[in-house]
Amino acid sequence: MSIAEASFGKRLRARKATAAGFVVLCLLATAFAVAALAVLLVDVTREGISRVGLDFINSFPSRNPENAGIKAALYGTIWMMAFTAAFAIPIGVGAAIYLEEYAPRNWLTRIIQTNIANLAGVPSIIYGILGLALFVRAVDLGRSVIAGSLTMALLILPMVIIAGQEALRAVPTSIREAAYAVGASRWQVVSRQVLPVALPGVLTGIILALSRAIGESAPLIVMGALLYVPFTPDSPFDRFTVLPIQIFNWASRPQAGFHENAAAGIIVLLAVLLSMNAIAIILRNYFQARTRGR
Amino acid sequence: MIEQLLTDVVRERQMSQTIERQAAAADALDRVIETRGLNVWYGDFQALRDINLGVAARRISAIIGPSGCGKSTLIRCLNRMNDLIPSFRAEGEVLFEEQNIYERGIDPVEVRRRIGMVFQKPNPFPKSIYENVAFGARVNGYVGRLNEIVERALRQAALWDEVKDKLHKNALTLSGGQQQRLCIARALAIEPEVILMDEPCSALDPVATLKIEDLMRELTERYAIVIVTHNMQQAARVADFSAVMMMAEDRAGEMIEYGPTREVFTNPKEKRTEDYITGRFG
Repeated sequence: MSIAEASFGKRLRARKATAAGFVVLCLLATAFAVAALAVLLVDVTREGISRVGLDFINSFPSRNPENAGIKAALYGTIWMMAFTAAFAIPIGVGAAIYLEEYAPRNWLTRIIQTNIANLAGVPSIIYGILGLALFVRAVDLGRSVIAGSLTMALLILPMVIIAGQEALRAVPTSIREAAYAVGASRWQVVSRQVLPVALPGVLTGIILALSRAIGESAPLIVMGALLYVPFTPDSPFDRFTVLPIQIFNWASRPQAGFHENAAAGIIVLLAVLLSMNAIAIILRNYFQARTRGR
Repeated sequence: MIEQLLTDVVRERQMSQTIERQAAAADALDRVIETRGLNVWYGDFQALRDINLGVAARRISAIIGPSGCGKSTLIRCLNRMNDLIPSFRAEGEVLFEEQNIYERGIDPVEVRRRIGMVFQKPNPFPKSIYENVAFGARVNGYVGRLNEIVERALRQAALWDEVKDKLHKNALTLSGGQQQRLCIARALAIEPEVILMDEPCSALDPVATLKIEDLMRELTERYAIVIVTHNMQQAARVADFSAVMMMAEDRAGEMIEYGPTREVFTNPKEKRTEDYITGRFG
């Protein structure tokens, strides 16, 4: 065995040991994350599952924890999410398409780009203050569903735009070139070839953004969404509350009964969130299958 | 001194011969596309210098040369594909049927409708075979039977028999060679007058390459074809005319030789052409 071979053998053992060590580290990290999540879920379920039921979903809040329900908050969340999506999706996707496909690459678009990235990192409570000053006071929408939705839309717009841009950027140039080469106009290239390919990625971005909005409470508290709401909104101009605020309200009460309610509220919130994600995944798989021809 | 003079005279003669040869070649045939003094920049970098190329109707013209000499830039100037690159700038003329396509008011979309293109890597749309071919017809608002347009284009591209039973399957399920012929069919479906091919076989195996070359010969019945290739055997096999490009000292691409393929290969006027063709570099 030559010297080179001997040192190679030694090096190889060291290399394999490093690789194995890294695998163990990754496994530990994953296990820790999964375990923490599992503990949280088990804890919440154990505490709250007995309260979850039709009565809980169909009752308004009450002084008596056994009679209190989540109806107002659940309706408020559904109303708010519907309007948030209606505002954020067209504006966000439109902005992403403009920035990625149409805007010239110059200092102005670079500034816009940097600022969108920065906005994605602004604490949500700042958006609450903005919403309070702009939508509640200046535009005089009051503490309504519509004012809350607009604020939430602003909050998630940067996420929608950035995810949309990334999805569009991931569409191979060769597809654009192919479409241009047969005499398609820019709009035809974007709408018929680029967008359909980017759609799964765009959808993923939208759903992540909406999932963030559904769990936010800080901006709505600042804006003055109500803590005690014994009614469901009938129009976008009605006052409202949402699930996270209701949960926060119950969790901050001293009585153990309300803590059970808070846990039950979390289960309902998770159920809404998971069904939203499920719908998005189904849609994404559908569009992916269409472009990949399976 | 005398030596210098002699080389000058020889050079002079070579130049005039080259020009004569080009002129003779062009006289014999209609020129569909002609570039005159074409200079191209990407930002500050000059990519092409003083390119004078003629493309004969119903013939195959090859552009050969080493990597990075501007072959792709040149072919992309012929249908204004380079417009998609923000820093791109062109001077000089690219005449298509005697009309400068870089003139103000000329719509690149219309240019690309009349001058089709096939790319280096097969790039079918991730849609059905049928939709791939029909797309050009759809966006250009063709009236007529779409089914017939698709069938005709696929037959012209010698792909019909292989795909007629699975027109609505995704194009990405085809093999690489089939995908490239599908891309040719897609280009043919809009009934262009010229077809540009930017290294159409570089991602294909020899059998698929031969099929495409046979197809190109068939297509010359109706179309002028410009092909970029760095495979000299391919140029020798298929091209009627060949242009040789080289990189100058400042990395700008120049056309150093242009004429009937046989002459370019057997009796090149430039030493550099001979060196390149005999494989001494490139």
